[in-house]
Amino acid sequence: MEVLIVSLLNGLVYGMLLFMLASGLTLIFSMMGVLNFAHASIYMLGAYFAFEVSRWVGFIPALIIAPIACGAIGAAIEIFGLRRVHHNGHIAELLFTFGLVFIIQRGLQMIWGMLPMPYRVPAFLDFPLFVLYGANFPAYRGFMLLISAVMLLSIFLLLKKTRIGLIIQAALTHPQMVSALGHNVPVVFTTVFAGGCLLAGLAGVIGGNYLTTESSMADAMGPIVFVVVVFGGLGSLAGCFIASILMGMIQTFAVVFDVTLGDLLAPFGVNANWDNLLGEIFTVPMARIGPLLPYAMMILILLFRPRGLMGTRDT
Amino acid sequence: MPKIARLLAVAALTVMAYVLPAAAEDTIKIGLIDPLSGAFAQQGDANLKHFNYLFSRINAEGGPLGKKIEVVPVDDKLQPAEALIALQTIIDQNINFVMSCTGSNIGAALLDGVAKHNARNPDHRVLYLNCGALASDLTNDKCDFWHFRFDSNTGQRAETLVRGLPKDLKTVYILNQDYLFGQTLHRETKENLAKLRPDIKIVGEDMIPLGKVKDFTPYITKIQGSGAEALLTGNWGPDLNLMMKAGVDAGLKLQYYTYLSHVVGGPTSVGETGDKRLHTVVEFHPNVPAEQNSAAGEEFVATWRKDHDFDLFQMNNYMMLKMLTAAINKAGSTDPLKVALALEDSTAKDMMGHTYTMRKSDHQLLEPLYVAQFVKGARYDSEKTGLGWKTDAVVESADLNQPTTCKMKRPAS
Repeated sequence: MEVLIVSLLNGLVYGMLLFMLASGLTLIFSMMGVLNFAHASIYMLGAYFAFEVSRWVGFIPALIIAPIACGAIGAAIEIFGLRRVHHNGHIAELLFTFGLVFIIQRGLQMIWGMLPMPYRVPAFLDFPLFVLYGANFPAYRGFMLLISAVMLLSIFLLLKKTRIGLIIQAALTHPQMVSALGHNVPVVFTTVFAGGCLLAGLAGVIGGNYLTTESSMADAMGPIVFVVVVFGGLGSLAGCFIASILMGMIQTFAVVFDVTLGDLLAPFGVNANWDNLLGEIFTVPMARIGPLLPYAMMILILLFRPRGLMGTRDT
Repeated sequence: MPKIARLLAVAALTVMAYVLPAAAEDTIKIGLIDPLSGAFAQQGDANLKHFNYLFSRINAEGGPLGKKIEVVPVDDKLQPAEALIALQTIIDQNINFVMSCTGSNIGAALLDGVAKHNARNPDHRVLYLNCGALASDLTNDKCDFWHFRFDSNTGQRAETLVRGLPKDLKTVYILNQDYLFGQTLHRETKENLAKLRPDIKIVGEDMIPLGKVKDFTPYITKIQGSGAEALLTGNWGPDLNLMMKAGVDAGLKLQYYTYLSHVVGGPTSVGETGDKRLHTVVEFHPNVPAEQNSAAGEEFVATWRKDHDFDLFQMNNYMMLKMLTAAINKAGSTDPLKVALALEDSTAKDMMGHTYTMRKSDHQLLEPLYVAQFVKGARYDSEKTGLGWKTDAVVESADLNQPTTCKMKRPAS
């Protein structure tokens, strides 16, 4: 029981971090049709900026400055890069963002070096919030949950309850009409892209010291975020949210429960301890393949429900 | 292109064609295949910086046959397929020696690639100097004449670590990465525990996919639930850094016995919370010379620290270059076969007077190993953390002369 509760909390924290990252990506993806490979790189930039800012003026200013800087970079990428390659179709956009990944990583390595940054949890949040069955639940994790919940709420309100949200939604489906009504559609797109990057930067600020800030952090986060977006379904923030939490839980629980596929089949009278090629699949403990489960689930959902959990169109 | 420019280009090329080979004769090139980009780039970068330092020292001491040695780095992105392409690049430049310091999966691919190349091209052989692929298989069942391992293998490290465990330790948890190195280390850690410390109970174990886990909190929960007093792990790079961090955040009262936490980036990620909790098995660390009163060793460390902000620990690679230099001098040429024969059973001593031997039967280096812990107030700190390594135990090379299952096929000559 205690393992269950601790794992639920752990899964929730990790899932919310995934959601912060994935929500920006799914916004950009569903609104602009751009598969932004560089999204995790922006997340990494956010962490490095936050480290640098918090060194000079503290963590709270970093929490505001770093995401804004990431948003500004996002706007620059959209105006000077994506908008130009947009005419050449989706492949050109895809390749453009793919190239950005390498440029950002190399650039970071040239400026900050290859060593991990000593970006630590600020002292005022570095205490155990409560003790659960002998394990500390750090206050910083509670803070992460708070930030991500606030973010979730503000995106929802922004998109559904404000005029800007209405225009953004309209510009997605009927750009010509929105343009004819006197709105500047390219500016809307820039805003969306910058907003997505801002969210990624925010995830970087709070993820950078929760995990570690190093030049490989984008490689580590990139693939799983795409899994979340595909699994949750295009254009659906709700789907993205459910998928994030689900992935967080799956990875947590797979580690904690040491069972094999064979064990699961045992109650049905199947003895799966075969000594052949397939035997390995049924006898490998779940913990050993836990981190790969999200990818397996992505393949399943692509096969049986290509639009994702709550998606509105096919991927 | 204007005519003048074209003429100039031709002239420049002609001059280069004459000048380059002449310059090449004065240098002996040694290839280095390591991850210089991608997720594990910090590893390759640190190795290259070590080599730049060590090469300049060897050159200052007078290189082999009075020539200079020069390192030629090629990126493998920690992918075996890329490593084989890198090997071909190096062979195509007529380089006789190739080093690789990261990844046992890379090591296995290179060992095989070099063996095949040498069998097919007896006039154009290449010698593989392994400086960091540690899975003991490479000098056991998979052993090859053209492969020399200038670093202690997983078996030697596991024995050292188990011998260094405190006497009152009762329960341990073992966690490793699920690939050749991690699997071998996992098996050998358990074997050594059973043999040397039957009183210790293994309360849990796990294998994780290499470089795939972002959040180690669930593993920490599991370790905590198992009631282990110490965690034994061969994790390195992000897999180690993230795990230590998750454990520290959860306030886990645990001793970490690691094989590779001294490697670049480890001390930074652990920071102050590692005080008296983090232990490692290492070839050398910056505080060794002071502990053993070696002025020459102190100078070796102090010179490095002038322009590097991470630790100098690759004494084995310095000894590798020294032994290679001696072997080339003894052979009187850079012919890989002659150098290989000269390397066998050769010995050398480091500044502190410890002996290094290249064992002929399996081409495994016997070197001293240190069990060190991370403490505040060490003479030299690591990566500006304020904490540094302090030796708890030294195991001499003679005590690490473990048996090998190698049945080496030797060339006919």
